[in-house]
Amino acid sequence: MTEIFGIPTQALFGQLLIGLINGSFYALLSLGLAVIFGLLNIINFSHGAQYMMGAFVAYLLLNKLGVGYWWALLIAPIVVGATGVLIERLLLSKLYKLDHLYGLLLTFGLALIIQGLFRNEYGSSGQPYQIPAQLQGGQNLGFMFLPNYRAWIIVASAVVCLGTWYVIERTKLGSYLRAATENPQLVQAFGINVPRMITLTYGFGVALAALAGVMAAPVYQVSPQMGADLIIVVFAVVVIGGMGSILGSIVTGFGLGLIEGLTKVFYPEASSTVIFIIMAIVLLVRPAGLFGAQK
Amino acid sequence: MTDRASPVPSAAALKRAAELRVHRTAFIVMTVILVVAPTVVYPVFMMKVMCFALFACAFNLLIGFGGLLSFGHAMFLGSAGYASAHAAKVWGLTPELAILFGTGCAALLSLGAGLLAIRRQGIYFAMITLALAQMVFFFSLQAKFTGGEDGIQGVPRGKLFGVIALDNQLVMYAFVLVIFLAGFGLIYRAVHSPFGQVLKAIRENESRAISLGYDTDRYKLLAFVLSGTLAGLAGATKALVFQLASLTDVHWSMSGEVVLMTLLGGMGTVFGPVVGAAVIITMQNYLAQLGAWVTVVQGVIFVVCVMAFRRGLIGELGHWLRKPL
Amino acid sequence: MKLKRNLLSTLVAAACGLGAAAAQAQISDGVIKIGVMNDMSGLYADIAGPGSLTAAKMAVEDFGAAAKGMKVEVVGADHQNKPDVGSTIARTWYDVDKVDAIFDVPTSSVALAVNQITKDKGKAFISSGAATSDLTGKACSPNTIHWTYDTWMLANGTGSAIVKTGGDSWFFLTADYAFGHALERDTTAAVQKAGGKVIGGVRHPFPGQDFSSFLLQAQSSKAKVIGLANAGGDTINSIKQASEFGIVKGGQSLAGMLVFITDVHALGLNTAQGLVFTETFYWDLNDQTRAWSKRFAAANGGKYPSMVQAGVYSSVLHYLKAVEAAKTDDGSKIIAQMKAMPTDDPLFGKGSIRADGRKIHPAYLVEVKKPAESKGPYDYYKIRATIPADQAFRPIDQGDCPLVAKK
Repeated sequence: MTEIFGIPTQALFGQLLIGLINGSFYALLSLGLAVIFGLLNIINFSHGAQYMMGAFVAYLLLNKLGVGYWWALLIAPIVVGATGVLIERLLLSKLYKLDHLYGLLLTFGLALIIQGLFRNEYGSSGQPYQIPAQLQGGQNLGFMFLPNYRAWIIVASAVVCLGTWYVIERTKLGSYLRAATENPQLVQAFGINVPRMITLTYGFGVALAALAGVMAAPVYQVSPQMGADLIIVVFAVVVIGGMGSILGSIVTGFGLGLIEGLTKVFYPEASSTVIFIIMAIVLLVRPAGLFGAQK
Repeated sequence: MTDRASPVPSAAALKRAAELRVHRTAFIVMTVILVVAPTVVYPVFMMKVMCFALFACAFNLLIGFGGLLSFGHAMFLGSAGYASAHAAKVWGLTPELAILFGTGCAALLSLGAGLLAIRRQGIYFAMITLALAQMVFFFSLQAKFTGGEDGIQGVPRGKLFGVIALDNQLVMYAFVLVIFLAGFGLIYRAVHSPFGQVLKAIRENESRAISLGYDTDRYKLLAFVLSGTLAGLAGATKALVFQLASLTDVHWSMSGEVVLMTLLGGMGTVFGPVVGAAVIITMQNYLAQLGAWVTVVQGVIFVVCVMAFRRGLIGELGHWLRKPL
Repeated sequence: MKLKRNLLSTLVAAACGLGAAAAQAQISDGVIKIGVMNDMSGLYADIAGPGSLTAAKMAVEDFGAAAKGMKVEVVGADHQNKPDVGSTIARTWYDVDKVDAIFDVPTSSVALAVNQITKDKGKAFISSGAATSDLTGKACSPNTIHWTYDTWMLANGTGSAIVKTGGDSWFFLTADYAFGHALERDTTAAVQKAGGKVIGGVRHPFPGQDFSSFLLQAQSSKAKVIGLANAGGDTINSIKQASEFGIVKGGQSLAGMLVFITDVHALGLNTAQGLVFTETFYWDLNDQTRAWSKRFAAANGGKYPSMVQAGVYSSVLHYLKAVEAAKTDDGSKIIAQMKAMPTDDPLFGKGSIRADGRKIHPAYLVEVKKPAESKGPYDYYKIRATIPADQAFRPIDQGDCPLVAKK
């Protein structure tokens, strides 16, 4: 058996594949955040809480209404996205004329409220959510046993990420959105309803978080804390990728997953810190991020 | 005595003098309250309030007067706490030396962090401070001397200057009060000085300040170091008050709490952070039996302050009284 | 209050007989105030939380304090798993609120802080929730008793018992912080002593989220047993993801080092089946535990008791018996009295408390049932083995406790 740095190649490939799976998760989560910041210049600190809400909606749909995973993939993002729209209309839109700082503080406060409410209601042990029957089991790939559900995560994330990138960068709707955030008055003068676009964009970003939550529910316990520590990592991903760049956060998400996977093999204790070290380095060398545009 | 026409004081000087009178009065009121407090309120609770008030004032120096939002200030509070706890417990230093050591460590850390962070602005600055704070957190989690999640326990309060035993609550209280007033005074002097004026100018319009010939990076770095050092002073003192240093003080939620205290009290006001800290600590203490509702209430305060109450408690009070507080 | 205090003193003095050299008959301000401090809203709220408060109140009722003329008050507080919050609460309770004894306190860092403060102030601390075996080791104190369980007992019980049933090769998944390291170290010692070997291990950052990478390493090690040296959310997530990767189906078994019935409830039997670990209490052990647990569940929103909550009941009961016997609530004296009296309650049966503060009772190696084997919620365990009380806990001379004379 060949070895690379003391690890048999088979095991290494297994770890890389897992890293890629985790990376696809980071990419999906950071996508929503990047959309919101890139297009709206809002730092959405409640992203983690909205991710958690997505998972809880899926749990409630299953346990109270008997609605399964596949429907939840559709319904949960819409429901949570709707709450996002409400937040934007009622609260965020009043803050656009002010320093970005206030948007950050507002969403931070909202995250505390949402997490606290869910913790009061559901405690913190978490609720079980089963992997849907069609995706249970796995394939023996020779170098590792790959659960079907994990394979689904990679595929679904890739599709959603590329789809979103395509819509924003290559379609007319996307170009209206990008123009609207660069120069709202001009675009409004052309007759496009800019405030509504902004609201829907925020809602869309939130829906992406909720989608990630539904996908996470079968693998991680559905608990009110699930977004809290994850959000910091996701911020790091977005910052490294470049805060305005959709492609940047997708690529960085996958890339970071791989790097984290490798760290887990060679020096597992540091796998939590490696992302922040990279973020600090990137911010010093290329302050706008790897793919970001210097503003 | 020659009869010389005395110059008419400028409007700015008059305003400054009035401001000074208000601040002096408020400072006296605050000191009196703090001196009398231990007779009615549990002294350990008041000491906690003072430590956090100093922490918030130090943070306010950076955000309120410098316009720089740091999301990692917990790293100064916590690391100074660990340093002074270690110095007092393992090296047996007397309390004032232990606190000095802790503060010194925070100063070095803030110099290093500042050199890295001030090169960027706005949200990138906040993110770098967050990243650095996370690294300090993980380091504290792993390092042997910090005791991991147990923290450093049983830190002796020792004898001040080798003579005055600090185990007596009231003696300790007096010590903490002196430290708080000194730190507060230092921040006040820094803000109301030519240095503070330049800082405000940088906050308002950095390019203009540069064009006027100021090395803005140096000023920002100095503000950052000052802020971090005084936050460290608060942390080092707190470690001796509670006789322990723990991971809570380096966790990112602590960074969030100090933002909350300053925002609630009033960013950019002199006395705001003190009031903000007092309110939040009181709330945490007395609402403790409500459990998770404390988080919800804190979130609601954040939202309310941002939406409707941007000046914060003291800011609103000052605005209403038409006096700068 | 003064009247009652005088009355109480008179009664007690009369009962003791004149000229008795017994301790001064004085309950401070006439009230025995018990404080139950734990995590009411966070990670451990289900293991201890408000349930512990309920258990304490049940103990006061069952003791019949009112009938005996003793005034007992129970208060609770949330330490949020933070040592500085916990130490502030302890100080305020002792200095201002006149609390006489503190119970429960899960989260070892808070327990150690409360232990120190209790010693400084001469009060009493009986911990049911904390895990660190240092409480009866390096940090032992004449004012502290450690109830229910500790890391040594868990490691030894689970480790050696599993090796004896054939699980003789181990791979550890350890949370990279002091608690995880301690669990790994103690279990390794137990496994090796019982004749097994540890063929590898990996440390994951604490707190962790995704364990797939580490589980993969565990899988490829081909060890018979994968030891989970972590707790709380980490354990739950590791078990959940292990089932995803078909680890148990593939023939390896999972050994949890610190698992509670509430964790199994949160995972569901589908995921948790086959898990092996050690506890000192299970509601379905015998008629007495069943009867008590049903009463408890009725008062606790239908949730059955964890061993921590059972430990609170048992320790409060014994404390009150000791106060009644010693007729004082001075901390050090009560702790000494508690050590002098053997314990007996419906939950843990007969037991005793050693000089180092360690409460001794039997431990049980349990295995989680398959879904088909369970008759209803909380019917989760099969008892695989019983470890007698004198073997379950660390021998008294191995703990470095200064209270114990070295041989």
